[in-house]
Amino acid sequence: PNPNGRTSEPHSSDRLLIKGGRLINDDHSFYADIYLEDGIIKQIGENLIVPGGVKTIEANGRMVIPGGIDVNTYLQKPYQGMPAVDDFYQGTKAALAGGTTMIIDHVLPEPGSSLLTSFEKWHEAADTKSCCDYSLHVDITNWYDGIREELEMLVQDKGVNSFQVYMAYKDLYQMSDSQLYEAFTFLKGLGAVIMVHAENGDLIAQEQKRILEMGITGPEGHALSRPEELEAEAVFRAITIASRINCPVYVTKVMSKTAADIITTARKKGPLVFGEPITASLGTDGTHYWSKNWAKAASFVTSPPLSPDPTTPEHLNSLLACGDLQVTGSGHCTYSTAQKAIGKDNFTLIPEGVNGIEERMTVVWDKSVATGKMDENQFVAVTSTNAAKIFNLYPRKGRIAVGSDADVIIWDPDMVKTITAKSHKSAVEYNIFEGMECHGAPLVVISQGKIVFEDGNLHVNKGMGRFIPRKPFPEYLYQRIKIRNKVAELQGVSRGMYDGPVYEIPATPKYATPAPSTKSSPAKNQPPPIRNLHQSNFSLSGAQVDDNNPRRTGHRIVAPPGGRSNITSLG
Amino acid sequence: MGERSLELPAYFAALGSGSPKPRQKFGGMFCNVEGAFENKTLDFESLRGAPKLSRGDLSRTLAPPTPQSPRSAAIGDRLLIKGGKIVNDDQSFYADIYVEDGLIKQIGENLIVPGGVKTLDAYGQIVMPGGIDVHTRLQMPVLGMTSADDFYQGTRAALAGGTTMILDHVFPEAGVNLLVAYEQWRECADSKVCCDYSLHIDITRWHESIKEELEALVKDKGVNSFLVFMAYKDKFQCTDAQMYEIFSIIRELGAIAQVHAENGDIIDEEQKRLLDLGIKGPEGHVLSHPEEVETEAVYRALTIAKQANCPLYVSKVMSKGAADVIAQAKRKGTVVYGEPIAASLGTDGSHYWSKNWAKAAAFVTSPPISPDPSTPDYLTSLLSCGDLQVVGSAHCTFTTAQKAVGKDNFTLIPEGTNGIEERMSIIWEKCVTSGKMDENDFVAVTSTNAAKIFNFYPRKGRIAVGSDADLVIWNSKATNIISAKTHNLNVEYNIFEGMECHGVPTVVISQGKVVLEDGNLFVTQGTGRFIPRKTFPDFVYKRIKARNRLAEIHGVPRGLYDGPVHDVIVTAKAVAPTPTSRIAPCSGKIPVPPVRNLHQSGFSLSGSQADDHIARRTAQKIIAPPGGRSNITSLS
Repeated sequence: PNPNGRTSEPHSSDRLLIKGGRLINDDHSFYADIYLEDGIIKQIGENLIVPGGVKTIEANGRMVIPGGIDVNTYLQKPYQGMPAVDDFYQGTKAALAGGTTMIIDHVLPEPGSSLLTSFEKWHEAADTKSCCDYSLHVDITNWYDGIREELEMLVQDKGVNSFQVYMAYKDLYQMSDSQLYEAFTFLKGLGAVIMVHAENGDLIAQEQKRILEMGITGPEGHALSRPEELEAEAVFRAITIASRINCPVYVTKVMSKTAADIITTARKKGPLVFGEPITASLGTDGTHYWSKNWAKAASFVTSPPLSPDPTTPEHLNSLLACGDLQVTGSGHCTYSTAQKAIGKDNFTLIPEGVNGIEERMTVVWDKSVATGKMDENQFVAVTSTNAAKIFNLYPRKGRIAVGSDADVIIWDPDMVKTITAKSHKSAVEYNIFEGMECHGAPLVVISQGKIVFEDGNLHVNKGMGRFIPRKPFPEYLYQRIKIRNKVAELQGVSRGMYDGPVYEIPATPKYATPAPSTKSSPAKNQPPPIRNLHQSNFSLSGAQVDDNNPRRTGHRIVAPPGGRSNITSLG
Repeated sequence: MGERSLELPAYFAALGSGSPKPRQKFGGMFCNVEGAFENKTLDFESLRGAPKLSRGDLSRTLAPPTPQSPRSAAIGDRLLIKGGKIVNDDQSFYADIYVEDGLIKQIGENLIVPGGVKTLDAYGQIVMPGGIDVHTRLQMPVLGMTSADDFYQGTRAALAGGTTMILDHVFPEAGVNLLVAYEQWRECADSKVCCDYSLHIDITRWHESIKEELEALVKDKGVNSFLVFMAYKDKFQCTDAQMYEIFSIIRELGAIAQVHAENGDIIDEEQKRLLDLGIKGPEGHVLSHPEEVETEAVYRALTIAKQANCPLYVSKVMSKGAADVIAQAKRKGTVVYGEPIAASLGTDGSHYWSKNWAKAAAFVTSPPISPDPSTPDYLTSLLSCGDLQVVGSAHCTFTTAQKAVGKDNFTLIPEGTNGIEERMSIIWEKCVTSGKMDENDFVAVTSTNAAKIFNFYPRKGRIAVGSDADLVIWNSKATNIISAKTHNLNVEYNIFEGMECHGVPTVVISQGKVVLEDGNLFVTQGTGRFIPRKTFPDFVYKRIKARNRLAEIHGVPRGLYDGPVHDVIVTAKAVAPTPTSRIAPCSGKIPVPPVRNLHQSGFSLSGSQADDHIARRTAQKIIAPPGGRSNITSLS
C-alpha cells in the first residue's frame, strides 16, 4: 500500500534484520523480529527466513516503534529576508537524532507571492537538503483572486492536502471571518485538512500598541500582548466556523490550557477538531519571558506564546494522554540570538520561533509515559500514527506492518539524557529545554531502511529525504464529514404563498446599506406574486383581533392579514 | 466548560433541526404541535367563564381601551396602599405605604396621613417596585418603516403589564450623528410616553469623532449605556479592533458596554447559502442564525471586554450556549451581565417551521429564539440562580403586513417580537409559580438589578421612603391568558398566544398616580419623564476600579542587550503592506540610542560558548554569540 512518488535508490546495505525487539504500534505491542529491505518492511514474525549477509541488530527486548512524524516545522521560514538558522539539512539531522523520521514543513508564501511558486521554492530547497522524508503544508497568507485554481493544482498535482490559515498577524496574514468561511468551504470541497493559527490578531495589535506605549519593550511584552484568552477566543471562533460548514479543523500549536479545554469541549459536542500541542508547550512554560537575561527571554518568543501558567505542560500532557489532543509537533523555527536581537528594543520585532524538533519524542516520553499518563501505544499514536492518519500517510508511515516504510526506531525507555545547547544538533546557541533531564531516548534510528543514528552518531547525507505526496480526503477525517453532509441537508417548509397585504416600502429606503460590497444578495427574491389559492391557509373574513385598536396613520393596510382562526392558534 | 460537557452533544442535537419537522413537546398546554392548539383555545375560553367567575374581579379583563380618561388627574397625588405585603429584592414585610407628589413618603403601620387620600386595598396581595424593561425598541426604523408600537402604544402596554419604566434603544441611521439621533428620540418620546423612560444609544457605525460624541452624551445627556453590534455585516457590524477601542472609551467614561452578540460574517455567508438552496421562508432565519454563532460572539465579546477591562452587558441572551458562556465567564471573574428577554424565557423557536407564514414570521428576531424546546427552562434556571441578572422584552413589533416585506426572502423580514406587556407575567409564571425563585428574586430580576446596573437605584427598583412611587400591586393567584385579542398592542399576533400566566398586576402606580385599576388603563400621552443616568454605577464599577489598580503591568528591568545584532539587509519585505494599519507598526519606538549600560548588564561573553562546536553558517554576521554560559545554561 505505498505507491510512492519516487523510487529511492536501493543500496546494497539496505537489508536489515532487527531481532528480539518488542514492536509497538498504536493498538498493541508484541515480540517479533522484523526484516527490512529496499526501504520497506518486508517481514515481521519469528524465525524469519532472510538472505545471508544481512546486517542484524539485536534489540534485546527493547521497543521498536514507528519513526516519529513531526507535523509542524518551519525550516525555511524567512523573517524580514533572513532565513532561520536551522535549514532543511540542519533541521532534519536534528530530527533524526531525536527519533523523528519524517517532518511536515510549512510553506510560508510572502503575502503577494503565489502559493505555487513558494511551494516549488520550498520543494527544491528541501529536496536538496532534507535527510529524512518530508511533506509540505502550504500556508495561505493571503486570499487573492486566482488562489482557488492554485489550491486545486496543489491538491491534485502536487501532493499537498493541508493548508494553514491565520487568524492573527493583522494586516499581514490575517483573514476575516468571511474569508475564513470562504476558505474553509473551498478547502472542504477539495478534501483538504484545514489548519488554523488561532489567535485574535485585532486584539493583539491593540494590546501591542498599548504595551509599547506603556514603555514595555522586552520579551515579556510578547506574552503580555498575547494573553491566552485571545488564543482561546480564536480557537472557539475557528471551531464555530468549521462546524457551520461541517468541515474538519486542525488547530496548530495549542499553547494554553483554555485553548485546549475549548477543543476538548467542542469534541464532545461533535465538531471534528484536532489539536496539536508542540514540544515547547508540553515541556516548558512561559515564566521565562520575565527572565532578567534578555537573550534567554527572547529565545522563548513564539506565537501563540508559551503560557506563563506553570501548570500548563501537565494539563496539556493529560489531554494528550486521554486523546483530547491528538498529535504533537515541534513548531521548530529557530533564530540565533543575534537574529532575535533585531527586536531588542521592541518585542514585536523579535523573530518568532522555538526549537523542539530534536527534543519532541523525548519530552513527550518523559512528561507523559515516564509519569504514567499514557502507555507506549498511546505514545506511538500521538508522536506518529495519528499524524499519519490525519494527513493521509497511513499506513505507509506511522505503523510497523509489512509493506510500510522502514522508518523505525529502537527506543530505550531507561536512557536518561540531559538536554543542553552544548550537545544538541540544532545550529542555535540556546535550547529552551536547557538542563531538562529526560527519560527515554532513541538508540537506533532507521530511516528508509538505513541506519542513520546509532550510538549517538549520525550517518546522514544531504538530500536523501524524499518528498511524500499526500492525497486529499483522508478517510480518518472525511468519512464522518461525508455522512454528516447527508444527514444535515436542509429543507425549507413548503407553505402556501403569503397573499395578505404587504407594507409598501418608500421608494428610496433611507436605510440603504452604505457599504458597496453588500454580499447578502437581496435581489434573489421577487418571483411574480402568483396567487396560489389552493394552498393558502389564510382567511380574511370575520372580525379581526385588532379591530378595536386605532390604526396608525402611516399604514397603508386595508385589512389585517390572518383571520382569527389562524392568528389565535399561535402557541 | 466542565458542566457543559454533561449536556446532550449540541451538534447531534442540532442535526435534526434542519428538518421541517416541528418538535414534539412534552404535552402540556403550551403544546406546539401544529394545529393541536385550536381546540384547546376554545376549551379555555369556555372553562374560563365558569370556575373563575368567583374571582372575576381579580382576573384581569383588559377591556377595550377607554382612551385616557381625565380621572387620573382628579384623584390627586396622594395615595395610601393598605395591607399589602411589601416585596423588595432583599426582604418582604407587611406595611402600608403613603405616596405623595410621585414619591414614597411613608412606610409603616398606622401611618398618619392627611384626609381625603385615596386608599387602595392590597390585602392578600403583594406590593412591589414597578418593573423596569431594560430593552425596548419602540421607534425602530427598518427599511423606512417604523415599528408598529410607538412610544404611546408601547408604554401603555408596558403599564398594563406592570412595567413602569422602560429603557429604549436609540438607533441612529447610517451617517447620523449620535447626538442628533438622541435628540430625535427624546423629542418623539417626550411627547408620547406614558411612563418614565431612559435611553440606550446604539453605535451603528464606527467613526473618528465617536469619542467626542460619546463623551457629550455621557456628560450632558444622561446616557450611560451604549450598544455595539457584532452582526449585520456591512451595515452596523464592528470589527474586533473597533470594539476594543469603543470598550476602552466606554470604560474611561464609566458607562456600560452593551453588545448584540452574533457573528455577522458567518450569518452573512449562511444567508447566502440558504437563499441559494431555495430556502426563503422564516425557517431560513433561524437556520442562518444558529446558536453557535451567538455563542461564539458572546465568547469573543467577553474576551474583548476582559482585555479592555470594561463591564459587558449582553443584550438578548437567546440560547443555552450563550447563557453558559456568560455563566462561566462570571465564575472566572469577568464583570458581565446577561439579559434574556421575554421571548427567550416564554417560548421557543420551533414555530419558525410553522406552515402559517404569518405566524412563523411573527417570531423573527435576532438572535433568533432557539429551536431547542428546553431553552426557556434552562434560561429561567440561570436567571433564578443569578447567572443571568435582568430581563428585557426587546419589544419591537411589526404588523404582519410589515413582516410580509420579506415574504419571498427571509433576510428582509423586519426583526422583532412583542413582550413589553407580557414580560412580568411570564417571569412570574415560569420562575415563581414553578418554584425556581421567590418573590424577592422576582423583584430583583424584573426591576432592582436593572436599576442598579444602569444607575438609578434606589430611585427606582426599590420600595423605600424617598424612592419614586412606581409600584405594582400584584395578585399572584389571578390568572390571565395571553392573547392578541386582549393585548394592548398594535399588532395582530402575539407570540405567547394562549399561554396561561399566573400573576397579574391589579393596580399599577406610575409617578404616584394610579394608571391601571380593575383592568382599566388611565394614561395620558407625554406624562412620562426622561430619567437621566449618571456614570460609574457602583454596582458595576467598584470592581472595575479595583482591578484597574491591580492590573497595572510592569516591564522587567534588564540591562541593555549588547550582544551582536543580525543586520536586516532586505528592505523588510515582510512588513505590513496595507496602508491602514492602525497599529502604528511601532518602528517609531526603536531609536533608543544604544547606550551601553555595563553596570546592569547580565551578560558575560567570556568563556567557552555552548555552541562552539557547531559550524557557523556563512550568511551570518555574528562574531561571538551572546549570552555567556552561566546565563544560557541556566534555562530550566
